[in-house]
Amino acid sequence: MLKINNLHAEVGGKEILKGLSLEVPAGEVHAIMGPNGAGKSTLSYVLTGRSGYEVTEGTASLDGADLLSLDASERATKGLFLSFQYPLEIAGVPALTFIRSALNAQLKARGEDEIKAPEFLKRARAQAAALKIDFDMLKRPLNVGFSGGEKKRMEIFQAAMLSPRFLILDETDSGLDIDALKIVSEGVNAMRAPDRSMLVITHYQRLLDYIKPDRVHVLAAGRIVRSGGPELALELEREGYDKYARAA
Amino acid sequence: MSLSAALETGDVGLLPSRRDEDWRWTDLRGLLRVLPPRALKASVATWGEGPFAGLVDETLVLAGGAETVSLHVPEGVTQTIALRVISEGDTALHASATIRVSAGSKLVLMESYEGDAGAYVTSVDLNFELEPGARLERVALAMDGADGVLVSKAVALLGGGATFTQTLATSGARRQRLETSVDHPGAGANVHLNGVYLLAGKRHADLTTTVRHMGVDGQTQQLTKGVVRDQARGVFQGRIIVEEGADRTEARMGHHALVLSDKAEVDAKPELLIHADDVQCAHGNTIGALDEEALFYMAQRGLPDGVARTLLVAAFVSEAIEGVQHDGARAVLEAWIAKAMEVAP
Repeated sequence: MLKINNLHAEVGGKEILKGLSLEVPAGEVHAIMGPNGAGKSTLSYVLTGRSGYEVTEGTASLDGADLLSLDASERATKGLFLSFQYPLEIAGVPALTFIRSALNAQLKARGEDEIKAPEFLKRARAQAAALKIDFDMLKRPLNVGFSGGEKKRMEIFQAAMLSPRFLILDETDSGLDIDALKIVSEGVNAMRAPDRSMLVITHYQRLLDYIKPDRVHVLAAGRIVRSGGPELALELEREGYDKYARAA
Repeated sequence: MSLSAALETGDVGLLPSRRDEDWRWTDLRGLLRVLPPRALKASVATWGEGPFAGLVDETLVLAGGAETVSLHVPEGVTQTIALRVISEGDTALHASATIRVSAGSKLVLMESYEGDAGAYVTSVDLNFELEPGARLERVALAMDGADGVLVSKAVALLGGGATFTQTLATSGARRQRLETSVDHPGAGANVHLNGVYLLAGKRHADLTTTVRHMGVDGQTQQLTKGVVRDQARGVFQGRIIVEEGADRTEARMGHHALVLSDKAEVDAKPELLIHADDVQCAHGNTIGALDEEALFYMAQRGLPDGVARTLLVAAFVSEAIEGVQHDGARAVLEAWIAKAMEVAP
């Protein structure tokens, strides 16, 4: 599914990713953990094609398609979805209008028929109920005036509506209380499927109690320095990132 | 100094120039070396029914051969009237309208400025008189040609408790000014002045307003939104004067513009001149580009760059037409925005 090989990337002339390699097979959920400044968010932006993040070496592909040669919207159309650590407010564009425009843009780019309004609304109502989102909130401009928790729920709602092949969850647990964390995690878990993979980026092991990863990777100083099973997350929680930061 | 006086006398020396403080961004003296001949008779029939067709009880036309109209809305009625200003060819049109709305009545006035590809010069003077408790909703859509020159000046005198709600929408002209001057008596009267300019090519639009609060308990709310691209130029001059003794005045003014190219320009001068003590007045003015972070967020959801920009720009300006109370007129302005977006996302 996702293959990253020897990825080097700079932001503002400073190298942040220094030869990162990672493979996430179809159907698996991998977690990336690491200290502040390790390059976790940079990885999510490099993969999704944010400008200002320049790849200097290496490759990244999704289902065999070279991601790095595509622009951000083309990568999204290939099925790459990023749940933002800090979701943007889109003034004046109602959430439902935004999501329907995005979904139809993706369908159109893939040569598929656009979704009709009644079908879209039916799916939106079902997903909103599952994520305990008040349907009226979806008529308001996207994320404008929403709380941190509501914004994170909206990210998962968008993911559910767009049904991506690959999800990157960037610090999805930050700003969530326990109840919201459970709701969001249930939403994510409901999306687990044999043909869908996920990369969960987090500081803390807590999120991984709810979204159980198949593999855990430690990202330090721009590289994956260790990989293991779910138990690695518990070890990191106990011992911290100190030894990796020093080794790097 | 005014275009109106210059057309009246044929003296280009009376045109306002950049040396006039209120005209420094909309120089006519430097633009017009000679004045075109007066329009004799417009071929109104060839212009169709105008953008507000089907929404009104009656249509008044200001064009060559019919340069003045007057309208008196009697007491206790609601009327919906279209006022069309039609400019044609390389001619001058000097037109005026006087409109009086009686106590307790309501007028919805849908104004359109329609022009062809000619190098016309049009000056329109509008006088509105609102008796106590009268309501006027003015919706104006300026669709001038790229080589036309238009100055429209509206003067509104309000009685106590009157409501004046205005929404101007323009795509500019070679040079264009839509000016509004309101004498606000306070006394519970309420003024809303909104405007949208969407300018491309080398077009110019100037939205200038003056509201003079002269009595206690008056309210004014103003919101203007603009988008300029290519080499277009938008001008906003908003002046709110609160005279001595006009206590408990509440006035808010906002002007926000997006500049979408390096060569486009927006000049803004918001002014609050307050001579009373007990007032609540505020103004905000922002000029900027589209938010790159929002564009990335939208791209990440699969929206191609052009579609994302169009959505953001349309959302940005639509706030300024939300205040249009007449559903049909608001739909006309929404369609106008959508069409402008299609042409230049």
